Amino acid sequence: MGASSGFVVGNATPVSETPILQLRGISKSFGSVQALTDVDFEVRLGEVMALVGDNGAGKSTLIKCVAGIHSPDSGQILFDGKPVHIHSPKDAARLGIEFVYQDLALCDNLDVVQNMYLGREERDWLFRLKEPLMEQRTAETLKSLSVTTIRSIRQPVASLSGGQRQSVAVAKAVQWNSKLVILDEPTAALGVAQTRQVLELVKRLADQGLAVVLISHNLHDVFEVATSITVLRLGRDVGVYEREKTTQQEVVQAITAGIPTKVSGIPETTPELAS
Amino acid sequence: MSSEVDVTAPGIGLPEGDDAEAEAGLWRRAYDNLRSGNLGVLPIVIGLALIVVFFSYKATNFFTADNFNNIIVQMAGLTMLAFGVVFVLLLGEIDLSIGYLSGIAALAVAEFQLAGSSHQYPGLVAIAIAVGLCAFIGGVQGSIVAKVGVPSFVVTLAGLLIWQGVILQVLEVKGVIVIQDAWINDTANHYFTARVGWIIAAVVTGVYALGTLGSVVSNRRAGVAIRRPLLVVAKVVGVAVATFGTVAVSNHANVPNGLPLAGVLVVIFLIVLTFLAKRTPFGRHVYAVGGNAEAARRAGINVARIRIIVFMISGGMAGVGGVILAARLNSVDLNVGGGTLLLDAISAAVIGGTSLFGGRGEVRSALLGALVIATVSNGLNTAGYKTGTIYIVTGVILLLAVTLDTIARRLQARSGR
Repeated sequence: MGASSGFVVGNATPVSETPILQLRGISKSFGSVQALTDVDFEVRLGEVMALVGDNGAGKSTLIKCVAGIHSPDSGQILFDGKPVHIHSPKDAARLGIEFVYQDLALCDNLDVVQNMYLGREERDWLFRLKEPLMEQRTAETLKSLSVTTIRSIRQPVASLSGGQRQSVAVAKAVQWNSKLVILDEPTAALGVAQTRQVLELVKRLADQGLAVVLISHNLHDVFEVATSITVLRLGRDVGVYEREKTTQQEVVQAITAGIPTKVSGIPETTPELAS
Repeated sequence: MSSEVDVTAPGIGLPEGDDAEAEAGLWRRAYDNLRSGNLGVLPIVIGLALIVVFFSYKATNFFTADNFNNIIVQMAGLTMLAFGVVFVLLLGEIDLSIGYLSGIAALAVAEFQLAGSSHQYPGLVAIAIAVGLCAFIGGVQGSIVAKVGVPSFVVTLAGLLIWQGVILQVLEVKGVIVIQDAWINDTANHYFTARVGWIIAAVVTGVYALGTLGSVVSNRRAGVAIRRPLLVVAKVVGVAVATFGTVAVSNHANVPNGLPLAGVLVVIFLIVLTFLAKRTPFGRHVYAVGGNAEAARRAGINVARIRIIVFMISGGMAGVGGVILAARLNSVDLNVGGGTLLLDAISAAVIGGTSLFGGRGEVRSALLGALVIATVSNGLNTAGYKTGTIYIVTGVILLLAVTLDTIARRLQARSGR
C-alpha cells in the first residue's frame, strides 16, 4: 500500500510548465450510475500522457467531457490555465483539441486528401474546392510526420492498411495547429508492425511540442511511448505515475486494486500523507 | 518481472514509399484498372453501342437523325429525375416519391398557366412555382428523415401514395388540363436552328476545355503532379466530338429539325450538378455522409442539413422532369407521374453505376443509364415490340448492369483497392 518512488500524488507537478489541459474535480453521473467522481487530470505540451484503466473505469466518459459530448456535473476544465466551457466538438476544435477515435472516423470512399480536409475544406469565392492547395498541404503534413508508406494521397482510404489509416487519422488531427491530441485506443485493431508505425507517430507528435493523451488497454504500448500515466479505477483517479520511475506491475496493481487518492466525502486520504 | 518488459519493440523498419509508382504510364494504369475491375463507364458505353447496332439491324427507322432527336426528347424528363436520384443514392437513402412528385409539378405548372383562371402566371413563373413546390415538398420529406429519423423508404413511400392521391383528387374533377403557354411547351418542343446549335456546341466545348485548362494551371502552380495527362486531353477531345456530333446529327434531322432545347437543358443540369457534387464542399459532404455518416458528423458536418438539402434537390429535379414530361404532351392527365417513371429513374442511376448503399456514384451515371433505358425502349417500340417486352428487357439490363458492377467491385476488393 505504501507509495513507491514513482508515485506522484494529486496536483504535484513533475514538469515545470503549466498544463495545457487541466481537469479539476470532474464528476459525472448517468442517472444512478456515478461514472466519474472528483477526477483530476492534466497534460503538458511535449508530453505523452497515457490514460489507463479497466473497462468502465471512466476513461471514455472523461474524454467525452473534454470533447464536449458530455458536460460534467461538477468540476472545472482549464485550458492553457484559463477556465473553459466545452459544449460541442467544435468548441474543443476551436481551442486546439483534436480527437482520434478508436473506430477511425474516416470515410472509406474518400481519398486521403478529402479525409484530411473533411468538414474544413478550403474553398474560393465561387465555393469551388481548392484541390491543389489541399493536396499540397496534405503531402506536407504527412511528410512532416514522416508518414512515408502511403503511395498516393489520392487513393481512397479503403485501400489503405490499418496502420496507414490510423496515421491518416492522426495526421488529420494535427493538421489544424492543434495543441492537444487525444487518441482513443489508436492501436487496438493493429498488427505488430502497424502498431509500431502508429506509436512512432505518437512519439513524433510529442517531440514536435504537442500534448498527447493516449488512451490504451495495452500497457506495452503505454510504456513504450508515454511520459506519464494516469490510472483511473471505478470512476476515480488512482494516481499519476512517471514512466521512468514506475513498473508495469505497479500500474497493473493500480488498475485492478488501486486506492483513490481522493474519495468524495473524505477530504484527503493516506497516500497523500505517505508521500 | 517489471525489468523484463521490453520497452522497445523488435526493430521493424517503416516500409518505404514507392516513388516509381507515381510515374507509371497511362497504359500501365489502364491495364491495372482493367485487371482490378475498375471499369468506369466503359461497360455501359460498350453496352449502349451494342444496343444501337442491334436495333439498327432490327428496325429500319431506328438509326436515323429524326429518331436520334426523338430519343433526346423522350429521355430528357427521365434524366432530370435520375439526376436527383443520384444525390439521394449517394447518401444511401431512397426517394420513392419522385414519380408522383413530378406529377405534382406537372399539375402545378398546368394550373398556374391556365388561361382565364385567377392564377394565370407567365410560363417561367409557373415553372418556378412548380419546381419550387417540389423542392419544398422534398425538403419536408427530407426533414422527417433527417430530424425525426423515420427511414426514407417509409417517408417517401408515404409521399408516393399521398401525391398520387392528390393528383387523382384534383384531376378527377378537371379531367385534362391543356398547357398552352409557349414557354412551358418549349422546354420539350423547341428546336434550335442549325447556327445556334453550332454555337451551343462551341460554347460547351470551350467551357469544358477552359475549365480543364484552369485546373491544370492551378495544379501546376501548386506543384501538384498532373495525373494521366493523356487522359485529360482525351476527355476534352471526347467532349468536343460528342457535342459537335450531337449537333451535326440533330441538324440533319427533318422532323423535327435542329438541336432540341430539352437536350441542352439536360446538359446544363449535368454540368451544374456535377460541379455541385464534385467541386464544392457541399458535394464532398454528400459523399462523406454516404460513406460514413458518423465520421462526417465528427468532422463537424451538419449531417441533417446535408440530408434535407439532398431531398430538396431530389424533389426539385423531379419538378424539372415533371415540367418537361408535361410539356412534351402539352397537357396533364390522370396518368401523370405514374407508370414506370419512378423505377426507370432509379434504374437509370443504378445502371449508370451509382451504388444503392451510398458514397459511390456520379451525376453523369444518371445520363448514361437514362440513355440506355430510353434507347432500349425506343428501339423496341420502333421494332414493333409490345410494352411487356420493354419491361422484360429493361429488367434484364438492370440486373446485368448491377451484376457486372458487383463482380467488378469484388475483383477490386480482391486486388486490395
